[in-house]
Amino acid sequence: MDKLVISNENEKFLKKISELSGQVITSCDQCGVCSGSCPMTLDMDITPSMMMRKVQLGQQEVLENKTPWICASCFTCTVRCPRGLDLSKVAEALRQVKLRESIDRVNINAIPEEELIQLPQIALVGCFRKCTG
Amino acid sequence: MRIGVYICHCGGNISEVVDVKQVASFAERQPGVVIARDYEHMCSELGQKLILDDIKKYKLNRVVVSACSPQFHGNTFMSTLENGGLNPYVLEMANIREQCAWPHFDIPLDATEKAKGLTAMSIAKVKLDKPIEKKFLPIGKRVLIIGAGIAGIQAALDLADAGFEVYLVEKAPTIGGKMALLSRTFPTEDCAACILTPKMADVAAHPNIKLFTLSEIEKINGFLGNFKVTLNKKPSYVNEDKCASCGICTEKCPQRVSNEFNEGLNNRKAIYIPSEIAVPYKYLIDEKACLYLTKGRCRVCEKSCPQKAIEFNQKPKKINITVDTIIVTTGYDIFDATQKKEYGYGRYENVITALELERMIVYEASGKPLRKIGNRVAFIQCVGSRDEQIGREYCSRICCMYATKLSQLLKRGDPKRDVYVFYTDLRAYGKGFEEYYKRAQRSGVKFIRGRVAEVVEDFKSKKVTLRVEDTLTRQIIESEFDLVVLSVGLGPNAGTNKIAEILKLAKSPDGFLQEAHPKFKPVDTLIEGVFIAGCVQGPKDIPDTVAQAGAASSRAIRLMNKKKFEMTPIKAFVHEELCDGCRLCEDHCPVNAISVSKTANINEALCKGCGSCIAYCPKDALDLSYYENSQLLAQIKAGLENKKGDEVRVLIFADDTCTYRLADNVGTSKIAYSPIARIIRIPSGSRVTPKLMLNAFKFGADGVFIGECEQKASPYPNSVAEVEKNVEAVRNILEEEEIEPERVRWAAFVTVMLKGFTNNVNTLADFVKKAGLIPNEKRQNLGENISEKLFAKKVSV
Repeated sequence: MDKLVISNENEKFLKKISELSGQVITSCDQCGVCSGSCPMTLDMDITPSMMMRKVQLGQQEVLENKTPWICASCFTCTVRCPRGLDLSKVAEALRQVKLRESIDRVNINAIPEEELIQLPQIALVGCFRKCTG
Repeated sequence: MRIGVYICHCGGNISEVVDVKQVASFAERQPGVVIARDYEHMCSELGQKLILDDIKKYKLNRVVVSACSPQFHGNTFMSTLENGGLNPYVLEMANIREQCAWPHFDIPLDATEKAKGLTAMSIAKVKLDKPIEKKFLPIGKRVLIIGAGIAGIQAALDLADAGFEVYLVEKAPTIGGKMALLSRTFPTEDCAACILTPKMADVAAHPNIKLFTLSEIEKINGFLGNFKVTLNKKPSYVNEDKCASCGICTEKCPQRVSNEFNEGLNNRKAIYIPSEIAVPYKYLIDEKACLYLTKGRCRVCEKSCPQKAIEFNQKPKKINITVDTIIVTTGYDIFDATQKKEYGYGRYENVITALELERMIVYEASGKPLRKIGNRVAFIQCVGSRDEQIGREYCSRICCMYATKLSQLLKRGDPKRDVYVFYTDLRAYGKGFEEYYKRAQRSGVKFIRGRVAEVVEDFKSKKVTLRVEDTLTRQIIESEFDLVVLSVGLGPNAGTNKIAEILKLAKSPDGFLQEAHPKFKPVDTLIEGVFIAGCVQGPKDIPDTVAQAGAASSRAIRLMNKKKFEMTPIKAFVHEELCDGCRLCEDHCPVNAISVSKTANINEALCKGCGSCIAYCPKDALDLSYYENSQLLAQIKAGLENKKGDEVRVLIFADDTCTYRLADNVGTSKIAYSPIARIIRIPSGSRVTPKLMLNAFKFGADGVFIGECEQKASPYPNSVAEVEKNVEAVRNILEEEEIEPERVRWAAFVTVMLKGFTNNVNTLADFVKKAGLIPNEKRQNLGENISEKLFAKKVSV
């Protein structure tokens, strides 16, 4: 089992997500009502409350979790959170941070020309804008 | 005028920084000063004797002591003056320890100059000080207690046993309140009814308690020692003296209605006894249910009563009583769980509140179950507590433990039952609570950490399914139960709101009544002679409620036992020759102490002496004793004398409750702040009228600061808003006269905000230093027609 080291980096990450989402993430008291309410929880790799916990502790690996991407922004958690937190905004902030990494997942030069012709234009545009992939 | 001035060394505390000899010789040269001395310890017996001897020898009629804070030794020297035959209010203290020697320890020359300045200010004021007579209110031994739950019962018994005359008012037909509904009490598991009924019987039998059930408070006027109370007593339609409680009427009565004593879980008749433990144990007719009273026919009870006790012609009665003190014990209401729609309370028959379960357990134990409880039971915690979605941020304190209790009672009733408690945090803070929680765990109750998201009913079997995350394993639980119990929180009830309105009691943000001080006056209110106890102040368990009831009765006894009450003699008063009865002040007194007939009158019993009314008088007809306009003006002028060249000076008006003590704390901690500041003590920031501030500028101030108590710590309602408004008015005028409005600042403090105080003072001092002196011609403009200007703009009104 890995041990959890909490450093300045963790604090920075928490601050970043707090600012992007506009939510006081530290006020989450981990009651779990979001996870129980979420219609997508069972398809997630970590529960929404776990996502909040990881952000509270500044664990950047949460960026690799599926949960922020599965969140459908239905706001059920938001209307039930006893601390008035908007989790969908936190998920959105995590997605933004991930997208801003601007990782090229597709090397355009490596795609054979015949395939390139068949690919829909919009898929390529999406790739170049780093919005998917 | 024969003034004696005494400079204290404070055993070196002062004299090591301040040149006390220089201060003494400076004081001696002031007109009116007969004698000025310095001494090692003025507060010591020898020091006080020095003053006493001088009073005799030099026939002193005014005394100034330059020493520590008046908060520290004010009372000491006031009684010295009294012993010397002088009125205690012809004393002034110059605070040269906390305000000179300590904060300016590193700049002794400035400290000495400031000490001279403060002493001069005190001399200027003491010349205008007037003897103030002690003021007493006669006070008797009558107490009104509103609400006869366990808090009211306990307070009534305590006071009645101590020999006081108690009027106990309850709007329900029986006393006992919510405690009478409970099964057992945590953590000892005493049967609630069994320990409560003896107390209820004592109330009924006590010769010093006059009990009014079915009665509500209609209005209360007056003040400590003279509260005029009007009660409205509803008719019971049964003659209490004739009724023999035989029960024939109930048997014959054809009308059934839901029984509120059992939370509506069973029915009762329209003529009934509220419960088997009711006090008074008398039948009554529910006028909303009775067929004769609602539809005009039936009268079966009347015909069947062998005692002829039924009296349909009874009418509501108004009862007037006069009391000296009041204790409000109106209790609480449980949270209306229908507001949490996701739990389905009110729609699903197997979702109930904990209070309903209390009644069910009582009946199950006696072998006559009200309804089936089932084998799988789940408790949902924090329903109506710690939840911003429904506007209740607070913890209700008792739900963790009552759920722990009920879950064990269920287990004990039937060991085959599976009982689960779904909690957010489990708070077992009280004596014996943690042990009790452990006992529940050992008895097999399962505690799962997670706030339940939703409850769904199976429409055929009526069983209910919970959805919740176990936040410890991070898994979603979906489980079916026979019964879901909502651990509902506590909130203020309608009765409390009504009484708060009648008595003008302050509420805290959670809606419960606000105590006068969270630490030292937990059962007092800001209204003298009105106390609170129990859940009316905030959620609490029975032992805490009983403790508060005892505290409230002892606080009430403290006032009543002396037969007279000494008020602070510092009160607003009216210069009748100036008052033209314009009524501008009337509505602005926060405690309604002003009434205007031909001229304004101050009710001294109500006046708290904040002085906020003075700003509303365009004729300068209102004033405050010991802090009169002329006295403060003299002090202001003296504080601005001896400015050299381009020296700037800042006046700080510090309210007595918070800011003055805060400045003392800053001094005690030896935290430096700008020595150009001179502090003037006032009862409340709202005493400083716009006119006084503008006069300060006129007479040479370059900056003015008002320090006021944060509203929650202030003894004066609405004072912060008054200060804000007054400062705003002054800023407007300054702007018009082309003087920087930033020269006036204000802030609200509590006594521990050391940094806040020094930051505020230094910011103002820095600004003033940069901005420099106010040119003299601009100062003079401020003198002209200030009142007219202020009132023409209606900024003050």
